[in-house]
Amino acid sequence: MTAPADNVGFHARRTARWHAGEFVFWIALIGCGLLFPSRYLIMTEILRIGLFALSLDLILGYAGIVSLGHAAFFGVGAYAAGLMALHGIVGEPVLALLVAGLVAAVLGFATSFLVIRGVDLTRLMVTLGIALLMEALAERFSDITGGSDGLQGIVMQPILGLFEFDIFGKVAFWYSVAVLFVLFLLARRVVHSPFGLSLRAIRNNPLRASAVGIPVNRRLVMVYTLAAFYAGIAGALFTQTTQLASLDVFSFERSADLVLVLVLGGTGYLYGGLIGAVIFKILQEFFSTLTPQYWLFWIGLVLVTIVLIGRERLQNWVLFVPRQVMRALRRAGPSGGAT
Amino acid sequence: MTFLTILFDGVAYGMLLFVLACGLAVTLGLMNFVNLAHGAFAMAGGYVCAVLVNTSGWPFFAALPIAFLASALIGAVFERLLYRHLYDRSHLDQVLFSVGLVFMSVAAVDFIMGSSRIFIKLPDALQGQIDLFGIGIGRYRLMIIVICGLLTVALQLTLAKTRFGSRLRAAVDDPRVAAGLGINVPQVFALTFAFGCGLAGFGGALSAEILGLDPYFPLKFMIYFLIVVTVGGSSSITGPFLASLLLGIGDVAGKYYFPKLGPFVIYTIMIVILIWRPNGLFGRTAAR
Repeated sequence: MTAPADNVGFHARRTARWHAGEFVFWIALIGCGLLFPSRYLIMTEILRIGLFALSLDLILGYAGIVSLGHAAFFGVGAYAAGLMALHGIVGEPVLALLVAGLVAAVLGFATSFLVIRGVDLTRLMVTLGIALLMEALAERFSDITGGSDGLQGIVMQPILGLFEFDIFGKVAFWYSVAVLFVLFLLARRVVHSPFGLSLRAIRNNPLRASAVGIPVNRRLVMVYTLAAFYAGIAGALFTQTTQLASLDVFSFERSADLVLVLVLGGTGYLYGGLIGAVIFKILQEFFSTLTPQYWLFWIGLVLVTIVLIGRERLQNWVLFVPRQVMRALRRAGPSGGAT
Repeated sequence: MTFLTILFDGVAYGMLLFVLACGLAVTLGLMNFVNLAHGAFAMAGGYVCAVLVNTSGWPFFAALPIAFLASALIGAVFERLLYRHLYDRSHLDQVLFSVGLVFMSVAAVDFIMGSSRIFIKLPDALQGQIDLFGIGIGRYRLMIIVICGLLTVALQLTLAKTRFGSRLRAAVDDPRVAAGLGINVPQVFALTFAFGCGLAGFGGALSAEILGLDPYFPLKFMIYFLIVVTVGGSSSITGPFLASLLLGIGDVAGKYYFPKLGPFVIYTIMIVILIWRPNGLFGRTAAR
């Protein structure tokens, strides 16, 4: 054993290497974009959900904070982006994306202090409460948000002044791929850093983590703010690529669906959210064609089944990915597939 | 004048919330099981009562106990089949599971009963107002206060004075030691869970008139039940009771004085209280 600090650095560097499976994943993603141009809309939606789930994974999978109100940040990002586009405050989409993310991050920072108080149950309640509060606010200030009608007539400017959004969603798709990839790289960097390792320590045992000198609360505030930033960008991306924002961006169902997405793909490794988004969308397509009205029933059934089967067991067989690829993806996340 | 009426309505509303939520106070507060599906059992009771009264022509007061029994039965079956396997699981698992149940119940009731809001035909004796000390008091609300008040007293006595109450408290505080003393812990939990669901169903039947009954009932009121329990704390039944009253009066007053703010007031109060006291107003640190 070397000195602890070196050990951490060594571990971080070793797990931070890119694995073959990850290259396969991203090449497959780009391949899908090239091969199925008629599916841009649905693929963009998957990317958006994946990014949102990645955001939840940062706090749930890595720091162990159960949130039932992550839609609060998604919604704030969505409205921020919508309002900026509508009133021409920040016209350029990429810049608007960043600003929306920052707005959400500010809210995340402010509310993180409420979340770090108390245990699971209090956190559940406070996160849920914040999302409901935001929804009530958006409804209350209907002259700004458009109330239950939502924001209408959003027209996006070309990305970087070069790429105009087209009706086939081609630009929106590649834009989403780029945003997701950049944010993914950042998240990858974060979870493989000593900071990421300390989060895992906190998740596994906060008391022990503080005993070895990890400033637990400060770390949780930081990761919660970062996750809010990600969720805000996911929301902004939603508004920019669909050109609408309505009250349901804050809804409880959105937060609950998100937890389902993440659990489907597996928590605690960065690809979980992305894979979960693919499975979620396939399930949704399948069940919606079966009974369009009662999609909620099938979501519920999937949730109940997942819990009864056991989340750990599910993660091992549900993915129709060759085992070697899966193992490589899993290894790319430092948690080694625990939880 | 209006102040007293608001107070009265608020108390009635709060009492109703208490009956609806006190089953959850036991499962969530005492057994530490995050059962977000509690409202689904309440909705079941409401719909059973509505069907009996509206379609089969039962008298309202005869349908109320049936609503209790039906929900208790459903609760017992669910506890034996599903819930008991999840007592030891993480909160995340319990949340996922119970949210799943809520979603299923919403869609299932929508499928069977339709999505429109329904009301229960009240007997004439319960309609209208009576004049008491110069203020108009709704008869139905007065009945709610009487019934729920009696229930609360009975509940408190059951928990504090009876043999079953002491068994429950023992089973909750330390299941292993309780089992060692010869208490059938799983049975106590099952009975308690079923009883809590029954009360929820009873509350659901009573609440149709005031809260409205539609398939989204479990989602709409989930947060209210949770507030009652988390704000009230879990040390006794008194905490949730006072929290219910606070919430009921606060909500009615908020809607009257600040109609535009809507539920905003309640959420803010909840968050402030939870920051101030993470274990609730009358809380203690969780036993497990």
